[in-house]
Amino acid sequence: MRLYLKFFTMHLKSQMQYKTSFFLTAVGQFLVSFTALLGVWFMFLRFNEVNGFTFPQVLLCHAVVLLSFSLAECFGRGFDVFPQLIGNGMFDRVLVRPRSAVFQVLASQVEFSRIGRLLQALVVFIYAIPASGILWTWDRVVTLCLMIICGSFVFFFLFLVYAAISFFTIEGLEFMNILTDGGREFGRYPFAVYGKAVLGFLTYVIPLALFQYYPLLYLLGLETSRLYMLMPLLSLLFGIPAIAFWRFGLHRYRSTGS
Amino acid sequence: MQKYLAIFQIRFVNSLQYRTAALAGIATQFAWGFMEILAFQAFYRVDPSSFPMTLSQTVSYIWMQQAFLALFMNWFFEPEIFNAVMSGSIAYELARPIDLYSRWFCQAAANRLAKAVLRCMPILLVAFLLPEPFRMSLPASLPQFLLFLIAVFLGLGVIVSFSMLVYVTTFYTLSPIGTRLIAAILADFLAGAIIPLPFFPQPFRTITEWLPFASMQNMPLRIYSGHIAGHDALTGILLQIVWLTILILAGRRLMSRALRHVVVQGG
Repeated sequence: MRLYLKFFTMHLKSQMQYKTSFFLTAVGQFLVSFTALLGVWFMFLRFNEVNGFTFPQVLLCHAVVLLSFSLAECFGRGFDVFPQLIGNGMFDRVLVRPRSAVFQVLASQVEFSRIGRLLQALVVFIYAIPASGILWTWDRVVTLCLMIICGSFVFFFLFLVYAAISFFTIEGLEFMNILTDGGREFGRYPFAVYGKAVLGFLTYVIPLALFQYYPLLYLLGLETSRLYMLMPLLSLLFGIPAIAFWRFGLHRYRSTGS
Repeated sequence: MQKYLAIFQIRFVNSLQYRTAALAGIATQFAWGFMEILAFQAFYRVDPSSFPMTLSQTVSYIWMQQAFLALFMNWFFEPEIFNAVMSGSIAYELARPIDLYSRWFCQAAANRLAKAVLRCMPILLVAFLLPEPFRMSLPASLPQFLLFLIAVFLGLGVIVSFSMLVYVTTFYTLSPIGTRLIAAILADFLAGAIIPLPFFPQPFRTITEWLPFASMQNMPLRIYSGHIAGHDALTGILLQIVWLTILILAGRRLMSRALRHVVVQGG
C-alpha cells in the first residue's frame, strides 16, 4: 500500500508537468459526458418519463455509473492499455520483479485527467440528489455509497477481463468496449429500459444492473426489501471469475519477445 | 486527377488489410445499435405521439448510422497528417509536385470509405433480416435511394473538409489536442451522432439544421429513412453543396496562408 502511494504521487507529479495537456484532456472528458447528458436532457424535454422513471431519477443512475466508471478508469487505466504492454514485450519485465503482476499493472498508470468526468458526475449528483424527491434516510445513503463503490469494482473487473483476453489475442478486443464504454453509455438509463433479456444478461452474466437498477428501486422506495439495498455487494462476486480468468491467462502467457 | 485516384486507391487497399479488426468492430457496432434501438423503443412506449420520426425511420437511422460509422465519425483524424506537421516531415510533402490539400483530402476520404465498405455489408445484411421491430426497412423509392447516395458522398466531403480545417490549425498551434478534441465532440453532437437532430427541442433544432454539421451524417441518414423526402431532400442536398464549397475554400485559403509562413521543425 505504501508502495502504491509512492507510485500514485509519482504519477501525479509527472502528469502535472504538462498542465495544459492535462487540463485540455480533462475538459475533453468533461465535454464528452456532457454531450451525452445533453442528449438525455433533450429526450426528457420531449418525454416526461421512461419506464416510470423521471429525469432526476435517471440522472441519479447516470451519475452513479459515470462516477464508478471514472474511478475504475482512473485507477485501472493500466489494464486498459495492457495490450500494449503485452505487444511490446514489456510485460516480461513485470514478471521478474518481486511483486504481484496485478499490483504492478495497477501501479503502472494512474490517469488523473479522468477528473473531468468525475467532476461532471459530482455536479449531476448535486442536482439530482435533492431533485429526485428521495427522502435521504441513512440506509439510502448507505445504498448510494454501495452502488458507487461496488460499481467501480465491477468496471475494474471488466478492465481486468479485457486485459486478460489479450494474453491470448495479443491485441485488445474491440468487442469488450460494448461492456466497458457501452456499460457507461447505456448505464445512463436504468437497465430495465432495455427490456427483460438485456436486464437478465446484465444481472446474471455481467452484473452491471446489480449496482445500478435494483438498488435504484430501493432508493426510490419501489422495493422495500433489504435485499435490494445489498444487491451491489452481490455484484462483487463477478470478481471471482474475473480474477480466475486473469490467473488462467497469466499461467498460459507466452512472451511476444522483446 | 489520375494521381489523386492513385492515392485514393493505395489508401483504400491498405485499409482493407485489417479484416480481424473490422470483424470485432462489426460485432461491437451491432450490439451498440441494438441497445440504441431498445432505448428509443422505451421512449416510444411512453408517448408515441411525441416521437418526431416514425419508429421504423428511427430504426433505419440507427442501423445506417452504425453501418456507416467509419464514414461519418467525427473523432477520427489521420494521425499521419498530425505527425507530418509536428515532426517536420511535411517538408518532403511540400517538395512533391502535388497539391497538399487535395492529397490529404483524398487520403482521409479513402481511409474512411475503405473502413465503411468493409464494415457496412454484414451489418446491413443482418439488419435487413432481423425480425420486426428491429428490421431495417428499404428506402421508399428508387429516386429516394439515389438521393441518399448523392447525400452520402456529399456528407463524406463535408466531414473530410471539416477535418481538414482541424489539420490546418495544427500549423498554427502545433499541439492538436485541444482543437481536435473540442471540434470532434461538438461536431459529433451537432451532427446528430448522439441523438438524431429531429429529437432536439426547438429552436435549437432549426438552428442546428442550418449548420454545416447537419450536412454530415444527418442528411443522408434521414433521406434514407424517408424522414426527409422529395423537395426537402433536394434543398438539403443543395445546402450540403453550399457547405462543402465554403469549407473547402476556407480550408484551402487557411492552408496556403499557413504554408507561406510554415516553419519546419527539426532537421
